[in-house]
Amino acid sequence: MSRAASSSRSAPRRASPLPWLEPGVVVGGLLPAAILALDAVTGALGANPVQRATLQTGLLALALLLLSLACTPLRLLTGWTWPARIRKALGLLAFGYAALHFLIYLLDHGFSPGLLVEDVLERPFVTAGFAALVLLLPLALTSTRDSVRRMGFPAWQRLHRLVYLAAGLGALHYWWGVKKDHTAPLLAALILAGLLGLRLLRRGRRRP
Amino acid sequence: MTPTPPERDEPGAPDPVRPRREFLRNAALFTGTALALGGGLELLTRRPGAGEAAGEPLVQAPRPTGPYDTTEAVTPWAQATSYNNYYEFGLGKDDPARLAGGLKTRPWTVLIDGEVRKPVRVDIDTLQSWFPLEDRVYRMRCVEGWSMVMPWLGFPLAALLRRVEPTGGAKYVKFTALHDPDQFPGQHTSLLDWPYVEGLRLDEALHPLTLMAVGLDGRVLPNQNGAPLRLVVPWKYGFKSIKAVVRITLTREQPQTTWALAAPDEYGFYANVNPAVPHPRWSQATERRIGELRRRPTLPFNGYAEQVAHLYAGMDLHRFF
Repeated sequence: MSRAASSSRSAPRRASPLPWLEPGVVVGGLLPAAILALDAVTGALGANPVQRATLQTGLLALALLLLSLACTPLRLLTGWTWPARIRKALGLLAFGYAALHFLIYLLDHGFSPGLLVEDVLERPFVTAGFAALVLLLPLALTSTRDSVRRMGFPAWQRLHRLVYLAAGLGALHYWWGVKKDHTAPLLAALILAGLLGLRLLRRGRRRP
Repeated sequence: MTPTPPERDEPGAPDPVRPRREFLRNAALFTGTALALGGGLELLTRRPGAGEAAGEPLVQAPRPTGPYDTTEAVTPWAQATSYNNYYEFGLGKDDPARLAGGLKTRPWTVLIDGEVRKPVRVDIDTLQSWFPLEDRVYRMRCVEGWSMVMPWLGFPLAALLRRVEPTGGAKYVKFTALHDPDQFPGQHTSLLDWPYVEGLRLDEALHPLTLMAVGLDGRVLPNQNGAPLRLVVPWKYGFKSIKAVVRITLTREQPQTTWALAAPDEYGFYANVNPAVPHPRWSQATERRIGELRRRPTLPFNGYAEQVAHLYAGMDLHRFF
């Protein structure tokens, strides 16, 4: 990636670490959580605040997951290096919102393990969402540079390919959660398919 | 803004480290990134709440109260009129409150026909004047897992049906809502098979709990709550209680109803509130009363089992859900 950086632009400064980029993404990604908390406190979440918070955190998780998956194709298409710098932050933010989404669901059902087990086992809609979260957990835990070193890059990369499965399950969970209008879940699924397609295309070209 | 000292901007000058400038630039880019991402995510996922209905008084006194009133706390007007499922206006809970202002509820005629001796086409105000209006404070349970306590104002459907004299062939009652995409923006889509149709078995329709509502909390029924005339069947999930009724037809056959057609595995014809029969995507054992954060157990027949359970004696309610 250093090759792309040096060839594509004449950098005014030698090293361009874009020190503002990652903090900007982290704060920007946390902003909706802050607004959600503020809305909850001021009663701006409407008549059914728990449902609203559940929906919003779920959507945020999926949107951020798709954004994190867009980084690599964007880098490959444009030669820019900066998308690689924010991929981890976007992925961790996605996991954070997914965990919050799950926490609100648990709270909503009175932290009842019995109901959770029943829901996960009997309702594919819940199974898909729960599985997506479970798959994201090891990725979040091994998101440090240290983990890459300890595991070795190939193993780390293999593990982190679980993100495709998690995103697919997340999109399916969204699809099943909608009662009638499937436009938005369809859009999410198409974006995900497009992003995965770009990767496959690239792989096919590299290994003819 | 303080003007930059001129010597710093001179072209060709050596490139000293400019910490202040660098800092300001980075701060601006940081803020821009944060606001762009945060704002974008917010635009993508935020569903703002809606305002409540104004509520005109509906003067008719005295108003007798029904024998089955619940004493539970009534859902505040603001919430009862801003959180509605009414797909004719849109899929969002706030769409009805936002868009229902365009619905013209006067003049409005209702056709009552089919297996009756005295079919009639009647103006809503005339229809309303035939019966004394009663306050009925009922629990309402939505199939989605939330509930309200609604202070309806209306008359028993049974009184209307007796007036048109059902024939011996009448076994079911079919209700049809208004179909007018000019007034119902949601009807421009084919999300549901418009017009909205619901139905009851004749004995359910004649049950004293079954109400035709024209008001809410002593006021004219707000458009988003089903004005000018809606059905209220308090022991069934909310979607059975069809809004904006223009036609009531007594039939020999069980009518094909909108949600049962749209998703037969999820929504049955009977739709009795039943904590023992889960929805395919969630348990129906609990519900959230709007205004409360914690869930409460759902009661069989929404708490009206004593009054209505006998209607279903011998029926398998897992099959006829």
